[in-house]
Amino acid sequence: MSNGAFPGAGRPLLEIKHVSVDYRAENGTVHALTDVSLTLERGQILGLAGESGSGKSTLGYAITRLLKPPAEIVDGEVLYHSRASRQAGAAPNGAVPPSSQPVDILTLAPGQLRALRWKELAIVFQSAMNALNPVLDIGAQITDVVRAHQPNLNRRARTARAIELLRQVGIAPDRLHSYPHELSGGMRQRAIIAIALALGPEVIIMDEPTTALDVVVQREILMELIGLRRDLAFSVIFITHDLSLLLELADKVAIMYAGRVVELATREELKEHPRHPYSYGMLNSFPTIYGERRHMTGIPGSPPDLRNIPSGCSFHPRCPLAFAACQTVLPLLRQATGPADGQQVACHLYDPRYATSALPTADDFAARYEAAYALGPGEGSAR
Amino acid sequence: MSPDYTARTTMPEDHRAPTPAGFTPVLEAVNLRKYFSVRQLRPGAPRQVVHAVEDMSLALYPGRALALVGESGSGKTTVARMLARLYDLTAGSIRFRGQPVKGSSRSSLLAYRRHVQLIFQDPFSSLNPVHGVRYHLSRPLRIHGHAHSRAQETEQVLALLNRVNLSPADQFIGKFPHQLSGGQRQRVAIARALAVQPEILLADEPVSMLDVSIRLDVLNLLLRLKDQERLAVLFITHDIASARYFAEETLVMYAGQTVEGGPSDEVIQRPKHPYTQLLISAAPNPNRPIDAPFQARGEIPSLIKPPTGCRFHPRCPHAMPVCRERFPGRTELGGGHWTHCFLYGEGTSAGAATATASPATTNGSTAEP
Repeated sequence: MSNGAFPGAGRPLLEIKHVSVDYRAENGTVHALTDVSLTLERGQILGLAGESGSGKSTLGYAITRLLKPPAEIVDGEVLYHSRASRQAGAAPNGAVPPSSQPVDILTLAPGQLRALRWKELAIVFQSAMNALNPVLDIGAQITDVVRAHQPNLNRRARTARAIELLRQVGIAPDRLHSYPHELSGGMRQRAIIAIALALGPEVIIMDEPTTALDVVVQREILMELIGLRRDLAFSVIFITHDLSLLLELADKVAIMYAGRVVELATREELKEHPRHPYSYGMLNSFPTIYGERRHMTGIPGSPPDLRNIPSGCSFHPRCPLAFAACQTVLPLLRQATGPADGQQVACHLYDPRYATSALPTADDFAARYEAAYALGPGEGSAR
Repeated sequence: MSPDYTARTTMPEDHRAPTPAGFTPVLEAVNLRKYFSVRQLRPGAPRQVVHAVEDMSLALYPGRALALVGESGSGKTTVARMLARLYDLTAGSIRFRGQPVKGSSRSSLLAYRRHVQLIFQDPFSSLNPVHGVRYHLSRPLRIHGHAHSRAQETEQVLALLNRVNLSPADQFIGKFPHQLSGGQRQRVAIARALAVQPEILLADEPVSMLDVSIRLDVLNLLLRLKDQERLAVLFITHDIASARYFAEETLVMYAGQTVEGGPSDEVIQRPKHPYTQLLISAAPNPNRPIDAPFQARGEIPSLIKPPTGCRFHPRCPHAMPVCRERFPGRTELGGGHWTHCFLYGEGTSAGAATATASPATTNGSTAEP
């Protein structure tokens, strides 16, 4: 997808720098997120992919400062570059400083944070049923957002805005007075998206927005989302475990494992040549509809305990290509094949200081995964 | 009348598993129907029923898997529960090894479940948190008389754990569900089903609750059991891609009706029924431009007052007046592939498959690389 149509496309909108989040528990501190740096550009769809416990949702919540104790952001900053047009007509309470300086969301005072949230940064949660209030109709829930942030609008204008929003997300305006239980799962998710859009945010964070939905409804909502993004020019951080969805949808994909970003690539790069063995394994965990049917392996073992993350590369106990350095030296994100490469990977296979052989190819990955599979506790069924 | 699976003889050799000799199904369901009555709060209110499953027929063969694909509310889980005899049938019959399954006494159910076992979707709720792995696996052994002493029990539980790749088995035997990961729990659930030495496994979305990297491991375990131990497997899934990966044959259900079936590759690569085409065009596919046209038209209907005739007609881009009036019969399309759709004929008998205008070319879902 080209970002060219967006004003200011390619410029950073949200810069996540060295963010770490811990959950303090009695039986040890859970390191949910360790030293994560990512940049969301204006007009971009940035996908965060990973298994449960990889830290993808924690990152989404950290950006919006929705984490509650025992979670604690122990390090890092999240810089938000506010829109120039917004600065001209700055909020009356001066919440977002009208300078070209980015603001660090993690250090904002409560009042400033309140002004920033929803107007600039909205979030769509996974479970549409739990995110909506069951005793209020959806019209009331949409106008509530508008009333809180734009108190100068009267009731009629708020209702008009709610109807307009419903129409935008494909809900008939006569549903304005429907309660959440009267709507199907897909409609509820659309209503949530309408609420997120209410104030015209710059960034929408979507945490598994379609996971609970059937495929047909999922696809309808994604089509809707793409249309809306084209019309309203917002940027999206899309969190999901379904990598195949991101390969269709995202401009850039960050693959997360055990609280770190292990690979950062465009969807084309990832589709053509996943660099990290984990990315390859993830891509090979989804059977496909088209093409040759072949034996697939998944990834042997299970994700690590975040209280006790393995030393070196946290993926090494499951990695079929691991070598000595992987157990001791932590790999950091670096250009995969050279300084000109946009694809970044945190893996010693691409680091000339450690790598002993040529860059691994897809065939190497496949062979090593098959071999690990035949030996290990995984399945040995050869077909 | 049993479903016509003789068409299998003309099916191209499946490279994954040998075709069963003689084609005798081990479990057959004929015209299963299930209506659930809806409780009325108002006395004297008209009785309402949910038409969950209509005229569902299927056959399971040793060493082969049949995938049942559909969205939520399509009735696929109801079919599994009827086959497991957790639900009574409203109409229809089940035959095990050619003999009609009768009786609902405790002993006849026990005898039936000696052969047919169900694996549930959610391993977090299908295992009892207050009991350990040994208890979960030894109970079926005791109940079905496979183990008579503690020593036999231990030996067989360890063997079961090894069969589902939970090794070292002597460590897992003493664990409790909360000490296991999702994949390990589902393996225990599979081992529990295997403990009675069944011929048939009914797997109701066995991997949907698991982490993505673990799913294939569990799927491959079930595949190995199917191939090596010649279990007949009913694999229920909402993911049409894993149906293709796992099962030789696929049946597609919509709102309680069976709309299409046949060899998995045939059904998925060349879907004929407009609903199957919709389902496939909705599945994630990185090779397709994201803004490829997609039109779903409406939602899954209420099954209390389902649409008349073919239940897909209100959403079908090719609906004709006749679709409203009655549900089409089965049309054979050759190679074991069949559908219930008037686009391909009235569907009275085999051979009537002279499709006039293939809708497959009109919504672009089949022309994918």
